[in-house]
Amino acid sequence: MLAFTLKRTLVALLVAITVSIISFSLLRLSGDLAQALAGPSATAADVIAVRKAYGLDQPLAVQYLDWAGKALHGDFGDSFFFKEPVWSMIATRLPVTMTLGVCALFFALVVAIPLGVLAALRPNSWIDRLALTLSVFGQALPSFWFALMLMILFGLKLRWLPISGTGSWQHYVMPAIALGYYGMPAFMRLTRAGMMEVLASDYIRTARAKGLRTPTVLFKHALRNAIIPVVAVAAVQFGFFLGGSIVIESVFALHGVGYLGLESISRADFPVVQAIVLILASFYIVLTLVADLLNAVLDPRIRVA
Amino acid sequence: MAIESLAGIDQILEPSAGALLRRRVFGHAGFLIGLVIILAILAVALLAPVLAPYDPYDQNLSQRLINPVWFDNGSWAHPLGTDQLGRDYLSRLIYGARISLLIGTVAATISGLIGTSLGLAAGYFGGRVDMAVTFIITTRLAMPVILVALAVVALAGGSLQVVILVLGLLLWDRFAVVTRSTTMQVRALDYVAAARATGCSTLRIVLAEILPNIMNALIVVVTLEMAQAILLEAALSFLGLGVQPPLPSWGLMVAEGKEYMFFSPWVITIPGVALFTLVLAINLLGDGVRDLTAPENRS
Amino acid sequence: MSAILEVEALDVKIPLAHGILHPVRKVSFSVARGETFCIVGESGCGKSLTSLAIMDLLPKRAQRTAGRLAFAGTDLLGLAARRMEDIRGDRMAMIFQEPMTSLNPSYTVGNQLEEAFLRHRGGKRGAARERAVFLLEKVGISAAGSRLGQYPHQLSGGLRQRVMIAMALMCGPELIIADEPTTALDVTIQAQILHLLAALQREFDMGVVLITHDLGIVARVATRVAIMYAGQIVETGTVDEIFSRPLHPYTQGLLRCIPVPGRTRRGEHLGSIPGLVPNLVGEQRGCSFRNRCPHEFAACAGSNVALKSLAPERAYRCLLSPAQCATNALEAAE
Repeated sequence: MLAFTLKRTLVALLVAITVSIISFSLLRLSGDLAQALAGPSATAADVIAVRKAYGLDQPLAVQYLDWAGKALHGDFGDSFFFKEPVWSMIATRLPVTMTLGVCALFFALVVAIPLGVLAALRPNSWIDRLALTLSVFGQALPSFWFALMLMILFGLKLRWLPISGTGSWQHYVMPAIALGYYGMPAFMRLTRAGMMEVLASDYIRTARAKGLRTPTVLFKHALRNAIIPVVAVAAVQFGFFLGGSIVIESVFALHGVGYLGLESISRADFPVVQAIVLILASFYIVLTLVADLLNAVLDPRIRVA
Repeated sequence: MAIESLAGIDQILEPSAGALLRRRVFGHAGFLIGLVIILAILAVALLAPVLAPYDPYDQNLSQRLINPVWFDNGSWAHPLGTDQLGRDYLSRLIYGARISLLIGTVAATISGLIGTSLGLAAGYFGGRVDMAVTFIITTRLAMPVILVALAVVALAGGSLQVVILVLGLLLWDRFAVVTRSTTMQVRALDYVAAARATGCSTLRIVLAEILPNIMNALIVVVTLEMAQAILLEAALSFLGLGVQPPLPSWGLMVAEGKEYMFFSPWVITIPGVALFTLVLAINLLGDGVRDLTAPENRS
Repeated sequence: MSAILEVEALDVKIPLAHGILHPVRKVSFSVARGETFCIVGESGCGKSLTSLAIMDLLPKRAQRTAGRLAFAGTDLLGLAARRMEDIRGDRMAMIFQEPMTSLNPSYTVGNQLEEAFLRHRGGKRGAARERAVFLLEKVGISAAGSRLGQYPHQLSGGLRQRVMIAMALMCGPELIIADEPTTALDVTIQAQILHLLAALQREFDMGVVLITHDLGIVARVATRVAIMYAGQIVETGTVDEIFSRPLHPYTQGLLRCIPVPGRTRRGEHLGSIPGLVPNLVGEQRGCSFRNRCPHEFAACAGSNVALKSLAPERAYRCLLSPAQCATNALEAAE
C-alpha cells in the first residue's frame, strides 16, 4: 500500500514537471516573446535589449531550469507587466476561482443526484426521460452562450441577480450555474446507472427482508454504495472546473485566476501564464489523488490492499 | 431462479437479428433526429453559395442592426436581420456552418489519428509502451486545455488553420483512452492469437483484426470530439483568440453581438441556437450509434 | 400445533412482452411451529418465487394473488405495505442463497445486525449489540465481539451465512424461510449449517420453510415435504411417506437419481428424467409433467390435473390411482 502511494506520488510529480516543461516551451517557441513584449513599434535594437533584459537570449533549457529552481521555492518571478510578484497576483485571485468552482460543483451535484436517484427508481417514466433530456441538452449548450442567456433573463429581464462582480453570494449564482451545468449530465448518468445496479443487488433484498423502511433502504443502503464512483468523478470534475473557468469568469467579470490568465495572455505577460498553468495542473493532479483516496475511504473493500 | 430465466425466454421468442436492427434504428428517435439535422446542416453548408442571399462579408453601414422578420420593423429582405456592420445575418449564419463543420471534422480527424495511434500502441504492446502512453495521457489531462489553447493561438496568431491545428493537437485524449481499453479487450481474444500464430505482422494484425473491432467505439468518440472541437472553437473565438473577424464563425458572431445584446438579444441568440442545434445533433447521433451497436445497451 | 403459516392457492404472474409468465400456480401448504417444511424442486420450478411471494419481496412487475395467505392468523394479502414491513424481519425472517453478496459491503457486520434489532425493537445500541453478540455465539462464531467490527468481505462464505442466520434471528421470529441456504457452500460447511438451523429451530420453537433441490438435505432435516414441479405442488407428505412411498412419477424419478448404498448395483446407470421443463408462458393445459413421464396416457393431455388428497397432509397430483403409483414404484426398483 505504501509502495503504491509512493509510486503514484512520484508519477504525479513527473506529470507536473512535464506539464510545466511543455507550457514553458510552447510559450517561448510559438512566437518571439521579446518581440511581443517590446511591442509593435519597437526597433530591432529595442527587441535585442528586451531579450537580454528578460534573459530570453539564454538557451531554453537554462531558462527553464532557472525558472523551475525558483518555482520550487514558491517564487514564480515577477509579472512582465506589473512588476509585482506573480505569486501574490495569483494568490489574491485564487479564492474567487475556488469559490466559483465549489459553487458550480454544488449546483451540479444538487441537481444531478436527486434526478439520478428518481430516474433509477422509475426507469422509462417521465422523470427518467426528463433527466435524460436535460442531460443531452446540457452537453450541447455552449457555456459562454448559456451564460449570456442567463444574464439576459435573470439580470436584465427579471432583475433578480447581479450580472458582474463579486460583491455577495448572489454574484456567484449565475456563474455557478453557467459553469456547473456541464458537469451535471455525467453525474446524473453515473448516479442513475449506479443506483439501478445497486437496487438490483442481493444486499438490498436482504435490507427489505429485514423490514427496513424504504428511505433507509434507499439512502443508507443503496445510495451509499451507488454514490462512490460519483464522488471520485466529482473530485476530478472540480479540477476541470478550476481549469475551465476562464470563459465564465470573463463573461461575468469575476476576477479569478482564469480571468487573470486571459488578461495575461493578451498582455503577453508570460510568467503569469506559466505559473497559472502549473498551478492549475497541480490542482488537477492533487484532485485525482484525492479521488483515489475518497474511493478507498468510501469502499471498505479497497482499503485492505 | 425463475427470474433469471425470464431474460432467456425474451430472447428465444425474438425475431431475426437483421429485422431487429432495422426496427431499433427506426425506433431510435434520437439517432434519426440527429442524423436528419446533421445532413440538413451539411447540405446548407455545401450549398452556401446557392442558399445565402447575400455575401456574408458585405458591409452596409446604413442597414445596421435591422430586426429579423418576426419583429414589427423586420422584413423578408433580411429574414434574420443584419449585424452591427450591416451584414446579412442569414448569410453569415449559413457560411458559419461551413466553419463549424470544417473545424469539427478536421480537428476530430487530427486528434483521432494521434489518439488512436497512441491508444493502439499502448493497448497492443502493453508494458513500457503502455506506461509511456498512459503518462502522456495523464500529462495532457492535467493541462488546462482552454488556457493553453488560448496562449498558443495568441502567440501564433489567430486564424482558421492555427485553431484547427491547436484543437487537433490537444483533443486526442479520449481517443487514446478509449482505443487503449478496447484494444486491450480485443487483443486478448482468440482470433488475434490465431493471427499471430500464423505469422501475421504486427501492423497487419492491428489494421486487419483489431481496428475493425474497435470501430463502433471509435465512431462514438469521433462524434463527441467533433462536438467538443466545435464548442471549443466557439469559445476561443468568443474570447477573441480564435478565428479572426471578418470570418463568420458562430462564436465570433456571439462575441461581436455581445455589446448589443441587451437591445438586440437576437444577435447573440441566433448563432447560439445554431451552435446548440449542431452540437445536439452530433451528440444524438453519437449516442444513437452507441446504443445501436452495443449488445445490450437498452435504456 | 396451530399453523404459523397458511398458504392457499398462491399464484404469481409476471407480464412479459409476449405473454404472461405463470411461474407459481395455485400453491397451497401450511407450516406449524416446531416443524421443518421442505419445498423441493429443480431450478426454475418456482420455489424461490413462492417464498418471495409470501414475504412480499417480489419484483415490481410480478403480481401476487392467493385464496388465503396468513401468518399467525393475520391475513397478509390485504396488509398495508408498512404493516408488512413491520412483520418482515421481526416475526417472519428470510435467509437467502448467496451469502457472498447478501450483505452490504460498506457497513460492518455489527451495524447490519444491530440495524435489524433497532428497527423493530427500538431502544439503545447497547441492547442491540448484546443481542448481536449472543446470536453470533449461538451460530457458532467465535470471538463474536470482535467480529462485529469487521466488514463482510473479511469473512468467508460459511461465516457470512452464519451471520445471515444470526441476522434473521435478531428479533426472535416465529417463522424462518430459508431459500437454499447451503447451496453456495462447501459440503462440509453445509452439514454444519443444517445442524445449526435444526438446533436453533428446536431451541426457539420456530417454524422453518426450507427450500432446496437437494434430497439429501430433505432426508436429514425435514418434517414434512412438498415436491414442486413447473410452478405446482405435485406431492406432499411426511418425509417418511415421500421417501418410502413416493406417489407422483416425478418424485419417483427424483428418488431414482440418488444412488443408495446396498441397493444400487455397481456399474448400474443412475436414473434420470428425460426432457425439459415446459414453457410457463400463457395458459397451461393438462399435466405439466406428461412429456417426461414414463406412465403417460391419453387423458394426461386433457384438462388440468387436480391435487388428490389421501390424508390431511398427504396429497399428490396425478390421474393414476395410489395403487397404480405404488406398483410403478416397485417395478422401477427391480
